[in-house]
Amino acid sequence: MSIDAPQDIGQRFWRFHGGLSLRHWKQMSLQHGLEQAPLPAQLIVPIDQQIGTPAELTVSVGDTVLGGQALTRRTEAHHVNVHAPSSGRITAIEDRPVIHPRLDCQRCVVIDTDGEDHQTTLPAWDHWPEYNHEALRERLAEAGLAGLGGALFPTHLKLDRSTEQPTRLLIINGAECEPYIAADESLMRWRPEQVLLGAQILSRILDAEQCVIAIEDQMGEVENHLRQTLKALQIDNLAIIKVPTIYPEGGERQLIRVLTGDEVPAGGLPQDLGVVVQNVGTAAASYQAVVDGQPLISRVVSVTGRGVNHPVNLEARIGTPVWFLIEQAGGYTEQAARLVMGGPLMGISLPDDDRPVTKASNCLLTMIDTDIQPVAEEMPCIRCGKCSEVCPAALLPQQLLAQIRGNQLEEARALHLDACIECGCCDYVCPSQIPLTQTYRQAKHDLALSDLAQQQADRARDRHEFKEQRLAEQKARRRQRLESRREQPDNSKSDDIKAAIARAREKRQAAADQNCDATESQD
Amino acid sequence: MRQFDPQPAPHIPAPSSVRRMMLQVLVALIPGIAAHVWFFGPAIAIQLILACGFALGFEALCLKARGRPLLPYLNDLSAPLTAVLYVLCLPPLMPWYTTAIGLLFAIVVAKHLYGGLGHNLFNPAMVGYAVILVAFPLHATSWLPPASLAENPIGLMSALEAIFTGGLPAPLSFDAITEATPLDHWQNGISSGQMMSEIRQSPVFGDYGGVGWEWIANGYLLGGLYLMARRIISWRVPVALLGSVVILTLPGSLIDPDTNPLVMEHLFTGGIMLAAFFIATDPVSGSTTPRGMLIFGAGVAILTLIIRRWGAYPEGIAFAVLMMNMAVPLIDRHTRTRVFGT
Ligand code: SF4
Ligand code: SF4
Repeated sequence: MSIDAPQDIGQRFWRFHGGLSLRHWKQMSLQHGLEQAPLPAQLIVPIDQQIGTPAELTVSVGDTVLGGQALTRRTEAHHVNVHAPSSGRITAIEDRPVIHPRLDCQRCVVIDTDGEDHQTTLPAWDHWPEYNHEALRERLAEAGLAGLGGALFPTHLKLDRSTEQPTRLLIINGAECEPYIAADESLMRWRPEQVLLGAQILSRILDAEQCVIAIEDQMGEVENHLRQTLKALQIDNLAIIKVPTIYPEGGERQLIRVLTGDEVPAGGLPQDLGVVVQNVGTAAASYQAVVDGQPLISRVVSVTGRGVNHPVNLEARIGTPVWFLIEQAGGYTEQAARLVMGGPLMGISLPDDDRPVTKASNCLLTMIDTDIQPVAEEMPCIRCGKCSEVCPAALLPQQLLAQIRGNQLEEARALHLDACIECGCCDYVCPSQIPLTQTYRQAKHDLALSDLAQQQADRARDRHEFKEQRLAEQKARRRQRLESRREQPDNSKSDDIKAAIARAREKRQAAADQNCDATESQD
Repeated sequence: MRQFDPQPAPHIPAPSSVRRMMLQVLVALIPGIAAHVWFFGPAIAIQLILACGFALGFEALCLKARGRPLLPYLNDLSAPLTAVLYVLCLPPLMPWYTTAIGLLFAIVVAKHLYGGLGHNLFNPAMVGYAVILVAFPLHATSWLPPASLAENPIGLMSALEAIFTGGLPAPLSFDAITEATPLDHWQNGISSGQMMSEIRQSPVFGDYGGVGWEWIANGYLLGGLYLMARRIISWRVPVALLGSVVILTLPGSLIDPDTNPLVMEHLFTGGIMLAAFFIATDPVSGSTTPRGMLIFGAGVAILTLIIRRWGAYPEGIAFAVLMMNMAVPLIDRHTRTRVFGT
């Protein structure tokens, strides 16, 4: 561990490989404070808003619900609840178009709001330090907390104290490194107390040795606000650290590297290093969930870009349609040409604006023609190596591309395809306009599928072998019985030979299978 | 509801394209070419135009034959760049048909038969150059002396005549107007037992390279530094290549200066500068890994020097680059970087 004394953090920064310096564009939406979006007539709430299988739905069409009422029941440890964002009647539970990296439609609960916005909350825990960490974790899962930075990783899973090594460092990630996105920055500026107290709660749950808030070095005002609030709240065990702004520094692995010098092992988790990273929005939502008993029914969304008239940061209910929020930002400008959920490097380009925002929607970016990449003919890779220069995972994207396009997925795996964080740096610099990140995402998906198929095949083979064996045994028993009855050696001889042949064949087959397994595990 | 046209991320415009990269490289060649015209006359300009025409023609034919769209690929400027590099390696009065043949091998064989842009194993310009060196050794080594040293400098009209008819207006003749290059002098002189100091007596030697050549090399150096500053090329190949030349020639020139050219003379004579910044840096046929680039550059330097000293050809750039091209898959495989977190 490179940290001996806790105060080392922030004394120096470590570099990570590659990365990009990009124009910021964040001030665009930060002119008017953090506004409350009005309530739309209809809310469309996707049931699956977390990593892992979603919790079990408990409501049905026709039910009336209150804001903050859980629509699901947690039946497994990793589940987080999904709540009705406002009061009204459930008019449909059906597949609706959503914002998702791969899927076009997902099962959603459609709520026609009644405009009253009656709310229910969990019990408020003003004296939260009285509760133990398990109770607090449970509360976060109940309240629907999942990584608001966009990953939607269940928050409580990252706060598990029992299985991991002790947490030496909790990092509250306020370095939203993508251009335009200002959701976290506006929270830190206008709700610093929620962020800081939320950090306290998270730190307490983890029993973290040290807790820091990482912000970008360009967020001068944010730093002032945070420092003043720290003083006002008399918090002294929390450090604010400005990190150099290099995309993708907001990535968990990159941030840990910059602050501690350590690299999260490929295929491992930050917890392996005793480090936990939580997003600023998650911290604020944790505060609300614990102290106010307020489930996660809204989030801050930056509605920005030159394609809307009045860029703004809005606190919007989960399930609010995109078009409704665009209207709050003054509607589209004439040149609006592309609608993106997220930032310009990793964001998902949307085919239309009739889709609900989710817990993951940090930014609705509307770009105009001159801001966007013209759709160009993809050229062949000229092996210029620019992609590997900027890759923060220090991969060789062009070699990955060659393997994937040549259908050598296992080779790509050997080149550590899984270490790709899909940051889009390689795409951005590629002179041949090759959709690299998309290719890697797809290849990872294909590999996961083939692994699954392999597992199933293994299981099927095991079952098959077991059955074969049982049949053979049965046969042998039957033959024995026959033999003992008839005492005719001539017939049984040919049977014996057949059985011997079958046994030999089986043996060979088993050996071949084993070989197969061996080569796989070498990979 | 408003509809949009969904496109994959990233959404902000890319800072570069193949065309822009190639264009920058061409721009960076201008100082060297200008010096060439200044010292050796306008023949090279005719050759450049001719070669670009052939290159684009062959490129178009191949694209057509392979059913590829013409416009994006003719526009990417990779064919003209190949043509320019090819021309810069050969004497300016090469007959037109050798240029055609050279580019036929460069564009059709080395590039498109291997799969077109991005797929060629060998540097196309060097393939063309090597073919001509072997097939037309006399032409390929008939260099003009610098205009300042020539009794009858070659003007535009004589150059045109020489290139297109193979003849020269009386009283000029090829034998009379061509001149051994500094590299020829070294090789012939050293092998016949002359001292470097005697060899340097020849008027073709300038301050630290050949007359004219040293300034062309300076032009390439300038252009190369520009490319490095703009990050069009990585520093690794040029630094490894030039550094290796220095390291390998320094001991000889210190210990036995009578039979070994000086370091500066090696750097500023022949095609070393061109190779360091413009030829060995060809991304497609070179190594792509950071350490691989260093190995590639050093390899080109070592092989070039060996050929200069002991080979049958006075300049070994082409063969050195082609041999290193062959080693690239191996180099790339063994110089992979350490992936984050592994
Ligand atoms: S940046 Fe694009 S063209 Fe260059 S090596 Fe990478 S994939 Fe190939
Ligand atoms: S998307 Fe993957 S391969 Fe490309 S730069 Fe990011 S981490 Fe590297």
